[in-house]
Amino acid sequence: MVDIAFGPERGKRPDTANIQDSYLDMVRRKRMYGGILLVIFIALMSSGWILADDRNAGGFWNGLHQVFDFPSEVLSEAWEKRASLPAIFIEHIPALIETLNIAAVATLLGALAAMSLSLLATRGLARWPRLIPLFRRTMDGLRAIPEIVIALVLIYILGGGPVPAVIAIALHTGGALGKLFSEVAENADLKPVEGLASVGANWSQRMWLGVIPQVAPNWLSYALLRFEINVRASAILGFVGEGGIGHDLKLAMQWGQGRYDQVVAIFLLLFFAIVVIDRISDHYRNKLVKGAAL
Amino acid sequence: MTMTALSPSLAETVVRGFDRKRRFAIGVPLAILAYLLYAAVSFDLAGLVGRARLDNAAILLGDFWSHKTHVSRDNRSGKVVVAIEGESKGTYPDGMLPDWVTMAGAVTTIDLGTGHVVTYDDAGARFVVPGYGTIDIRPEGGKPVLTAPEPIPGWISVAENKVSVTTAAGRFSYTRSKVETFRYQPGWELWFFTLDSPFYGKSVGELAALATMGDRIDPDRSNLGYMASEFWTNKMWRHGDVAWAIFETILMAFLGTTAAALVALPLGFLAARNFMPLGPLRFAARRLFDFIRGVDGLIWTIILSRAFGPGPMTGAIAIAITDTGSFGKMFSEALENIDSKQVEGVGSTGANALQKARFGVIPQITPVLVSQVLYYLESNTRSATVIGAIVGGGIGLLLTQAIITQKDWEEVAYYMVLIVLMVMLMDSLSGWLRRKLIKGS
Repeated sequence: MVDIAFGPERGKRPDTANIQDSYLDMVRRKRMYGGILLVIFIALMSSGWILADDRNAGGFWNGLHQVFDFPSEVLSEAWEKRASLPAIFIEHIPALIETLNIAAVATLLGALAAMSLSLLATRGLARWPRLIPLFRRTMDGLRAIPEIVIALVLIYILGGGPVPAVIAIALHTGGALGKLFSEVAENADLKPVEGLASVGANWSQRMWLGVIPQVAPNWLSYALLRFEINVRASAILGFVGEGGIGHDLKLAMQWGQGRYDQVVAIFLLLFFAIVVIDRISDHYRNKLVKGAAL
Repeated sequence: MTMTALSPSLAETVVRGFDRKRRFAIGVPLAILAYLLYAAVSFDLAGLVGRARLDNAAILLGDFWSHKTHVSRDNRSGKVVVAIEGESKGTYPDGMLPDWVTMAGAVTTIDLGTGHVVTYDDAGARFVVPGYGTIDIRPEGGKPVLTAPEPIPGWISVAENKVSVTTAAGRFSYTRSKVETFRYQPGWELWFFTLDSPFYGKSVGELAALATMGDRIDPDRSNLGYMASEFWTNKMWRHGDVAWAIFETILMAFLGTTAAALVALPLGFLAARNFMPLGPLRFAARRLFDFIRGVDGLIWTIILSRAFGPGPMTGAIAIAITDTGSFGKMFSEALENIDSKQVEGVGSTGANALQKARFGVIPQITPVLVSQVLYYLESNTRSATVIGAIVGGGIGLLLTQAIITQKDWEEVAYYMVLIVLMVMLMDSLSGWLRRKLIKGS
């Protein structure tokens, strides 16, 4: 019997005469490699942290005891003014809705773009098989550009407001979802597509009636997950750029002491919005993937 | 199958089912459309058209592939300065001029190409535009007075104190205090060497010759080393600083992701039902993950940058905290799904709890663990750019600074290209490692 695990060269085979020695030898070698890797990893980590600490404005150990200073300062001021919190909640709800709208519109537009991009980039389904690499690279490119880059450039051109954020998030979503959608579509059963082709359906009919019903649950589940991510992204973009609750948060933070009740109110609004959306989307994603009716 | 299977009630159900599907197929797109219309109204899409600054877009796109050179004369002192992008870092030193500008005494001639010639002299300035004629401007009583063939076309704008001319070859403006000509040329000028460098304006061949066999320009070091340091310390493009910023961004992502994984692994055991029999502790660990994920990276970043100040470490800690929540949840789910037989097998040889975890559990969850960590490493490179913009570190900071000044758009373009390349590199690196570590071994 040829031992294929050790290749054709005779020299590399373990000596069957003293199998215990060769086994221990192998274990030792494996441990050595593992040890070397571990040492390299620890060296990289520690030198990385030391370097990052050096280049930071405040040191780690000096900052450590201050971590809770800011939250406690904020919370104590907010506690004193707790009576005004409900009014502030209501005041900021339009901004929260704007943030959610940005995320929802961007997810919708991104998902629509991802649907067509992914079908065009999937082997076996593509309208123009020769152009598959083009569509794949397009998705890679869209995925690679961070939202903030597009958003800041578009703010310069389009002025402030939610539209730059929507476009930025939608472009990124199109790329990210496109990749996931295409992975799902690759596993779709081709028999319905062939059946539709045999009765003379054109490409869009084959996709709409043959592929989309198969992949819809998984696609919806990915789109919901993306919506969660986009809510966070839209809050962050508001903080860096303009629009939505992130912008309100930035204004309140810049004001500093005296407006900490607003900071806390916005934190809480954002926190509850994210938790609620996470919960709802988790629930529906579980249902979708397990195949139960909505 | 008998015909009784097709009872009227079944047919009715099927028809009703089709009806419902049809209504669904029309209703969902209609609902999406209605929502998008509502969003368009609430986002004030109509007002946006009025607010959009297409001239800004033109500047941006122009700077992406070209640079402009300012030739300006101070009308009081008569001093002429030639500067790339109008920056002091890009100013031509005395005695050095681009070949399309000539100075003879008080007369400066600027050849913009295709017959467009601008002349500055004591009397004022002249701009010869082929196919139109000569635009002549002289100051009278401190105000520029224009003499040009009538009627004055739209591309010449005349105000009380300013005359400006826009042509395809370049722009020209005359005000009381100074006269300026802007010439646009393709390419990013000074990308390799600035004007004060001895290597400026040399071709690749000349540079190669200098590097290999030329005499030393600086006797203390080789030409190649000198070139490298001139490039690295380029004042206009700051390649050294940019490389550091990119490195910092990747460092933030690496440190944050690995630290999160190291912290989340033991916590994941606490939150897994099959390893933590104590309900309250498990509940606490799970709620901790939920809390961390719910608070969101933005808020962690803000809190941490108050304590640690701006810099890469703040960003790394922010990433670490945010991802501890996500990793903890994923790891505990992976731990709950392991096969208990292996653990029992290891236990039957007399292994203690730690050994059981090391040899029975870890090998089972390694693929999930490694692939999630690598996936997050890639996605955190992108987040580190954004977090860098908030905490003030890495390429995100450089990018936001360049955008806020609203004039160095070629630098913005440069950073954007670098960020995209960096993310793509990390993407392929993590994909390669994932394949190697999971399928290869």
